[in-house]
Amino acid sequence: MRLLLRGGRVVDPASSVDERLDLLLEDGRVVRADRGLAPDGAETLDVHGLVVCPGFLDMHVHLREPGQEWKETVESGTRAAAAGGFTGVACMPNTEPVHDTRSVTEYLVTRARSHGAVTVHPIGCVTKGQLGEELAEMHDMREAGARAFSDDGRPVSSSLVMRRALEYSRIFDVPIIDHCEDAVLVDGGVANEGVVATRMGLRGWPSIAEEIAVQRDLLLAEYTGGHVHIAHASTGRTIDLVREAKRRQVRATCEVTPHHLVLTDEAIAEYDTNAKMNPPLRAAEDCRALIQGLADGTVDAIATDHAPHHTDEKCVEFALAPFGVVGLETAVAICLDRLVQRGAIPLARLVELLTIGPARILRLDRGTLRPGAVADVTVLDLERTTTVRPEQFQSKGRNTPFGGWELRGAPVLTIVGGRVVHDAR
Amino acid sequence: MRLRSQHLLGIDGMSAEEIELILDTAESLAEIGRREIKKVPTLRGKTVVNFFVEPSTRTRSSFELAEKRLSADALNFSPSMSSFAKGETLLDTARNLESMAPDFLVIRHGQAGAPHFLARHCSCSIINAGDGAHEHPTQALLDAFTIRRHKGRLRSLRVAIVGDILNSRVARSNVLLLGQLGADVTVCGPPTLLPKGMERLACRVTHRIDEALEGADVVMALRIQVERMRSGAFPSLREYAALYGVTGERLRGAAPDAIVMHPGPMNRGVEISGEVADGAQSVILEQVTNGVAVRMAVLYLLAGEVPREAAA
Repeated sequence: MRLLLRGGRVVDPASSVDERLDLLLEDGRVVRADRGLAPDGAETLDVHGLVVCPGFLDMHVHLREPGQEWKETVESGTRAAAAGGFTGVACMPNTEPVHDTRSVTEYLVTRARSHGAVTVHPIGCVTKGQLGEELAEMHDMREAGARAFSDDGRPVSSSLVMRRALEYSRIFDVPIIDHCEDAVLVDGGVANEGVVATRMGLRGWPSIAEEIAVQRDLLLAEYTGGHVHIAHASTGRTIDLVREAKRRQVRATCEVTPHHLVLTDEAIAEYDTNAKMNPPLRAAEDCRALIQGLADGTVDAIATDHAPHHTDEKCVEFALAPFGVVGLETAVAICLDRLVQRGAIPLARLVELLTIGPARILRLDRGTLRPGAVADVTVLDLERTTTVRPEQFQSKGRNTPFGGWELRGAPVLTIVGGRVVHDAR
Repeated sequence: MRLRSQHLLGIDGMSAEEIELILDTAESLAEIGRREIKKVPTLRGKTVVNFFVEPSTRTRSSFELAEKRLSADALNFSPSMSSFAKGETLLDTARNLESMAPDFLVIRHGQAGAPHFLARHCSCSIINAGDGAHEHPTQALLDAFTIRRHKGRLRSLRVAIVGDILNSRVARSNVLLLGQLGADVTVCGPPTLLPKGMERLACRVTHRIDEALEGADVVMALRIQVERMRSGAFPSLREYAALYGVTGERLRGAAPDAIVMHPGPMNRGVEISGEVADGAQSVILEQVTNGVAVRMAVLYLLAGEVPREAAA
């Protein structure tokens, strides 16, 4: 099976390529990118005027399977990923049962093989039962395909357990992903602590509760030599702490979400539960600092924290609604429109944050279009204008704060392992 | 002039003119409460559901009385006797209530934003009778009404609000309303009960009670809840009273003709001393009286009635 993408602008930051080239794929691998490649029997896709990138990887999604299939499944979540321009997703372990043993890893791998539109990289729990007490069997889960470990929304509160996790993970050279939240300090907070929450009478979730946890993790990573990955950094101070740690050669990486980059806590003003997530939307100066982190290299990846919930679950009083927003089908367009078109970061930097950036964190041999690489490709149309229509999502979740937004730039073609899984050219 | 919204969700977003319209209308309706036959036919045939998900005596009775004095039919609905306690969602409960075609839904709820949520999903007029730590607009209106009666104005008056600002919907609505009408408001409480960003809501913030009370024309004490002590905001009611209780001695720092207010229910000897609560400067019971007239005015105006002066 041969596929030739003709006439596109190939942007592959991992090999510093940004020029008009044809791209030939064969048997699930990249053959090469070059000028004037002849079809020579290959199926040809015309991508003139479009941007051809390595397949995008979202390293933070919730597929909700097993156990919460009314919210999302491997099938619906990966279809959403394909529609949103992602060729791979890493899924968090807060399922029912939680993903803390090999049997769940195997279940996910099997489901992904039979029902997945894109590649699924499972993330296992750091601790048994996601309880923060005893380490889970990382080796066993890793053998079955787990790429990283995280206790996700119930972060490891014990510094001793976190120390052990960072030490133990060195055996396999895998990252420990931490949702940084000092839950005692959050104390039931549901919105960024500040004037908006105060005016609305909502309990505040202070920035400091993230930053204290971030600093603890960075110091532990420095002390143990383990690799800590900070999930969904939401505050300016978090970016400062990671920047300083990197300067000290600490093995630390971090991701930010599109919603934290472009929305502030003002988005919850009408008690809109579709703008309620954890960590919460912050202030405008935090958005600016996160974007600065993208630009200066402090941030390693953009990830969605795609967290689908049923409409009935979100259609309740603000404080009672579950945290989380979907992101797979809006992330790329949001980033193209709000970051690239507006000049905050160049296109190649955005592609890096969605490809080789997360691939390096997860030690995946992906994220590039070099000869021999897996034939995962995302094609963008920088001029395509789309309107976010939640009712048309492939995801079961409709919980987006971006409904109705008009965006310039969109993913239009997704190829996984040399096979077209989404084509909206 | 009429109110712009069909709902009264909060003071937030209301103009000074709208607030004054309600206060003026209340002034003209207050007289009904002093008649021998305390009833007018204005809202005859209108149905009001009083949907109180959180316990309340004063506010619920006050609304009910206001409704009855305007000849509306009132239906009281509280969770202990409802399917709400059986796990029905707020939306389903509200939809069921709405199927009975009420004209007004007066809601008291423990969650901030619950009335706004209902306003998005119901077609009747929603009146916020207190939502979590967010707003209690009719309380602020009756407080303003009471202050205006005593001081003749609100502009440039010095108002001190003392107590648990963090958890108080009364404080928020009062800060917004008094600020909108040009009063000079200071909120005061222990730093553990002063929310971040409060100073950006057009008020001064201090943890020193003497500073707050100095020269004040109005002193408003807020109810302190024992649960706050358990959450670690202060060590004991005794210590709270020592630091933040409005006492006769502290009141001497205020203007000589200062009035003392409290939204009730009071903890005597904690946030306010009995001597002050019962003293000559206290207008606490007048607040209750005025509450009925203010709620009548709100119902009257939301029903789309033209202001009384204009009608007369």
